[in-house]
Amino acid sequence: MLPTPVRELELELDAFEGPFDLLLTLLLKEELEPREIDVAAIVLAFVERTAERDELDLEACGEFLVLVSALLELKARALFPDEAAELGELEPEEAAEELARRLAEYRRMKEAAAWLLDRLGAEQDRFFRIGPAPLAPRAERVLARQDPDALAEALRALALPPPTVSLGHMALRFPPVSQFLERFRTVLSHRRVFDFDGEVEGLSRVEQAVALLALLELRKAGEIALSQAQAFAPIRVSRADDERIHEWKARSA
Amino acid sequence: MESPLRLIALNPVDRLARTVEALLVVASAPLSLDELADATEDHPERIETAICLLRERHAEGRSGIVLEEVAGGFAFRASRDAADACARLFERPVERGLSQAALETLAIVAYLGPCSRPDVARIRGVAADSAVASLVERGLISEAGREPGQGGAVRYRTTPLFERVFGLESLAALPRLDDLGEDAAELRERLLEVAEARAS
Repeated sequence: MLPTPVRELELELDAFEGPFDLLLTLLLKEELEPREIDVAAIVLAFVERTAERDELDLEACGEFLVLVSALLELKARALFPDEAAELGELEPEEAAEELARRLAEYRRMKEAAAWLLDRLGAEQDRFFRIGPAPLAPRAERVLARQDPDALAEALRALALPPPTVSLGHMALRFPPVSQFLERFRTVLSHRRVFDFDGEVEGLSRVEQAVALLALLELRKAGEIALSQAQAFAPIRVSRADDERIHEWKARSA
Repeated sequence: MESPLRLIALNPVDRLARTVEALLVVASAPLSLDELADATEDHPERIETAICLLRERHAEGRSGIVLEEVAGGFAFRASRDAADACARLFERPVERGLSQAALETLAIVAYLGPCSRPDVARIRGVAADSAVASLVERGLISEAGREPGQGGAVRYRTTPLFERVFGLESLAALPRLDDLGEDAAELRERLLEVAEARAS
């Protein structure tokens, strides 16, 4: 029978809520997964419970340690199923042999570590250089003799505003749109229809662009009509009233 | 024209010994016979002769600098007589404060390496992450590939610095593992005795 403080230890875990003895019963009946049990929370609960009491119940503490150790072992086995299977497959005799073999291996390594420690102690008076030696002596960088006035002069030169950069070569000369408005109006006063391409032939690209803008202005104002047989075909410019006459004729026909 | 003050003519081995001596002074890690032979453009056998000569000159008690065979090569170190003075001027950061866990991990890597952290953890029964990290940082062990298979664990082995710090000519200078610890059969007997005593 468990001592009272351990048995009655009330637990509030994520996976279980109730007294400790019930938790153990459920675990032993395999109705609860050991991996879901927060062992640290159980330890904390026990420590808090023990702290509330005036006297330390050594018997209860001892029992608790044994039980928590068993719980940890169960949990560890559940977390590493392969190892559990590996050991589980062994006969008791073989398992004892395996245990002894592992223990012996660890003991040997412990002895080896002790040997290394002794060796380290014996070698305490051995000093040697560690770290990479420079492959070649580094040349010392000798600075020229510094003059404060020269430095001020250099800074002054740097503080001067830079000369204004000329953008003259980038300037574009745009002729006024009005120039082409007048020109097209004059042409249409003499001719009923003209080709835009023929009219602007020989002009620069900028002038041609401005002429097109003037053409669009006239079309917007309803002074002219524009037609083009197909894309990139010559643009035919005619008086606006002529277009209306054409439309009237087409509707009458 | 020969200098009139030069009374002793150097023989070829002497000349070679001086060159080897110079190389060992410049090097900060032990130099192997082959490395010395390459650098001097001479035969390894003649290098060995030169080393013998240097060992006599730089022996403990005869010189402040001692020639030792360590970590698979030859290197100079301070004589033990000068250890106190050296200790006042220089620290030993590599081996200072090595924990028991680090020493056990180091022993496992030295004997079983290249081996992984899980290998170390299996033998010691606890995670070896911090001990391995500490040993890597000190330069006593270094990565040596990965275990076979995709995503295999990183393997570690001891470095030449390990051999140098512990004064080992090579890993073969470690004591035989069979000579250390208890025999598995003995342990098993003892375990059974304890079990029987508890049962009764």
